[in-house]
Amino acid sequence: MNTVLILIALATIGAAAAAMSRPSLLNCVLLLTLSWTGIAAFYLWAGAEFAAFAQVLIYVGAISMAVMFAVLLTRRGRRDFPPRKGSRSRAAYAVLAGAAVAGVLLAAVARSPLAASPAPGPASTVRELGGQLMGPHAAALLVVGVLLTVALIGAVVLAAGAGPEKPEATR
Amino acid sequence: MSPLQLCLAFSSALFAVGLAGALARSNSILVLLGIELMLNAANLNLIAFWRFSPHGSPATGVVFVVFAIAVAAAETAVGLALVISIYRHQQDIRLEEATRLKG
Repeated sequence: MNTVLILIALATIGAAAAAMSRPSLLNCVLLLTLSWTGIAAFYLWAGAEFAAFAQVLIYVGAISMAVMFAVLLTRRGRRDFPPRKGSRSRAAYAVLAGAAVAGVLLAAVARSPLAASPAPGPASTVRELGGQLMGPHAAALLVVGVLLTVALIGAVVLAAGAGPEKPEATR
Repeated sequence: MSPLQLCLAFSSALFAVGLAGALARSNSILVLLGIELMLNAANLNLIAFWRFSPHGSPATGVVFVVFAIAVAAAETAVGLALVISIYRHQQDIRLEEATRLKG
């Protein structure tokens, strides 16, 4: 059981680390999609099928496509946006910061008195989940729906707003 | 290591990768993607604690994760719209160039 988890974790972290270090934006997005698929595999391993389904649908399906569109819309050439002069030292500091955070978190995880042999986890069916969402969490579901609507309208307004180049003049 | 500790180590490593990526890259799309990775690492924690808690309620962890994914999707939509808006204004998406609000 642990072997599967370790394999999923290594694949996910490897894909994410490769994505964050590639110079080409399209490669980054594709590798991150792989990493998100690995996270969905982890949800499946943990028995949260609905979360895995949502992860595949939203991250692998929708967000990766939206990011791909943003990359293509802001593309300028083959070597678009070459890195600046100080970017190498900044990358070194960033890796250092990431390693420090990982060290602190891993030490905390290793020292915490967590249960050594966990009980078999709670089983969740989609019917139960639907009952929870429509019963105790109905208000939160409505709020999230309103949030998504407002965010999407705001995104459209932001992205479609007139730039400095006066679109009327080109008609 | 118990499975719960392995899950938490997995999510810590993923969080650190996202943090390093968000700090290291100057391309604003990649910074946004690093933040998404960190959010995903937090979701991994929620699922792990739900799965291995001794007496959890049936679907709490999944409900948490579904709401977190919805909020992350909204955040990505607004973030990408901001990136496109920045690009329209200065033909560049590197964060060093977005200095118009600098005091």
